[in-house]
Amino acid sequence: MSDISQLKKVLEKGEFAVTAECGPPKGADAEAVLKKAETLRGKVDALNVTDNQTAIVRMSSLAACSLINTAGLDPVLQVVVRDRNRIALQSDILGASALGIRNVLCLSGDHQSFGNQPQAAGVFDLDSIQLVQVVRGMRDQGTILGGETLDSPPDLFIGAAANPFADPPAFRVVRLAKKIGAGANFIQTQCIYNLQRFGTWLEMARDRGLTEKAFILGGVTPLKSSGMAKYMKNRVSGMDIPDEIIGRMEGVAKEKQREEGIRICVETIQRLKEMPGVKGIHVMAIEWEEAVGEIVERAGLLPRPIVVS
Amino acid sequence: MITAVQKPIDEIREMIAPYKKILVLGCASCVAECAAGGEKETAMLASTLRMAAKMNGEEVGFTEMTLDRQCVKEFYIRLDDVIDQYDAVLSLACGAGVQAVADMFQDVPIIPALNTEFLGETKDQGLWVENCLGCGDCMLYYFGGVCPLARCSKQLLNGPCGGSMDGKCEVNPEIDCAWQLIIDRLSKIGALERLEKIYPPKDWSKKQGGGPRKIVREDQQK
Repeated sequence: MSDISQLKKVLEKGEFAVTAECGPPKGADAEAVLKKAETLRGKVDALNVTDNQTAIVRMSSLAACSLINTAGLDPVLQVVVRDRNRIALQSDILGASALGIRNVLCLSGDHQSFGNQPQAAGVFDLDSIQLVQVVRGMRDQGTILGGETLDSPPDLFIGAAANPFADPPAFRVVRLAKKIGAGANFIQTQCIYNLQRFGTWLEMARDRGLTEKAFILGGVTPLKSSGMAKYMKNRVSGMDIPDEIIGRMEGVAKEKQREEGIRICVETIQRLKEMPGVKGIHVMAIEWEEAVGEIVERAGLLPRPIVVS
Repeated sequence: MITAVQKPIDEIREMIAPYKKILVLGCASCVAECAAGGEKETAMLASTLRMAAKMNGEEVGFTEMTLDRQCVKEFYIRLDDVIDQYDAVLSLACGAGVQAVADMFQDVPIIPALNTEFLGETKDQGLWVENCLGCGDCMLYYFGGVCPLARCSKQLLNGPCGGSMDGKCEVNPEIDCAWQLIIDRLSKIGALERLEKIYPPKDWSKKQGGGPRKIVREDQQK
C-alpha cells in the first residue's frame, strides 16, 4: 500500500487506533483472504494476520499479508517462534519488508500440542522477546544476529503481545518492560473482560513509564454465546472472564446473546478509551470479522482517520 | 540420570521374532534406578518372553545377564566370551548402551528393549521428572536452579508466557510452570533482579551445532 505503516501514522498522530484480527483460511484461496479483509476496509487502521493460530495449519501469514497489502490495506504480520528457527525468522522479516509489509507482531505462539499437528517438533529457537530484539537490530542497526551487516535494513513497526491476566500478576509488567526494552513500538493485549485487573496492570505500567515508551492497544473479543464465554473462562489459559460477564451472557435468550456480546464489547472499548495510557484497541472477533464494523461504529470510532505522511 | 521405559511387549516380540537364541541383557546403572532395565526388570522381561514363546509354541531360548554398565567398555567387553552363543541380544540399556554394545559386536543384532526418555530425577517412588537437556552451557545459576529450557514447554529464556495460571503450564495443568518456579526460587534468595535483564538467544552450537558431541580429556587418557 504505502511506504509507511498506517498504524504507525495513526498512533504517532495521537489518534485512537483500531486494529482487528483477520485469520487466514485453511486453504489456498486468495479470494478468501481478500473477502475477509474487504469486510474490514475503512473500519480499522491495520489488520493482524495470524500465524497458524492455535497451531492449526492455515495459509501462511506472510502470503496473506502480501495479498492484503496489495489490496491497499495495512497488514500486521504475526510471527510466532514456534515453527521457525532464527535463520527462517530473520529471512521472513526481510521478505516481509520487501513485500511492503510494514508491521510485525512478535509472538511465542500457541503450543503445538493444541493444534492439528500435535506430533510436530516445537522450534522455540528464539523467544518472543528475543525476536523483538532481533527485528529491532535488523531495522535500527542494519545487522542480523551475530552482527553481520545487511545490504538494506527492513522497515517495520514492531509489536509484541502482553497478557495482563496471566500469573504471576506482579511479574506481568516486568515482562512488558522487557518487551518494550527489547524494542516493541506497540503492544496488543490479551482480550480484556476484567477491566479492574486490566486497570491495575496499566497503572503499574504507567508507574514504570511504559505507556510513554510504547503504544498500548487493548484487546477485545466479542462473545458469541454464553457457551463460548464459559469455554474461554474455564479452558483457555490466561483468560480472565468475571462471573458478572458470564451472568450477562446467560441472562439473555440464546438468539440475543450475540447482541449482548457486542454490547459488552462496545462498553469495554468505551471504558478503555478513557484510560490514560491506552492508545487504541485490537478487536479479535474470532471467525466473526463481520461484527467488527458494527462494534467500531457503535464505539464511536468511525470514520477512521485518513492520515497522510 | 538417564531415564527409560520398557517398550510394549508386542513391539519387542516383533523385533526378536527371527531369532532362536537370545541374550536378554540388563544394565545395572541409570535404567536400574528408574526400574526399566536393571537385573530385576531383565529377569521379568525374560520370563514374560519365555512364557509368550511357550504359549505360541515357539522354540526360543532366553538367557539373562546384567552388566554394571553397557555404555562403558570395561564392562561390555565381558560379552566377548559369551556372545557367540546367541543370534541376537535384547538390550535393556539406554540408547547409549545399546549403541556401545552394537558398535563392539557388529555381527550380532543388538535390539533395544527400552525407549530412552530423558535426563531426570527420581522425584518420588515411581516418579521420574525431566529437568536437563544437556545443552552444554548450564544456565541454572541465572534461573535459581530451575532450567527453563528443559522445564518450560516453550523453552522461554524470558518467560513466563501468557499461559501461566495458578503456577501451572497451559499445555497441561499437571505440569508446573517453570517460570513460576523460577520466580519463586529467585524471590526466596533475593535475586529477582536477575529477571529484569533480557537473556539473549541460546547458543545451540554447544548442543547440536557441531553435529554429535564428544568430550576429549587428555589428562584422562593413557
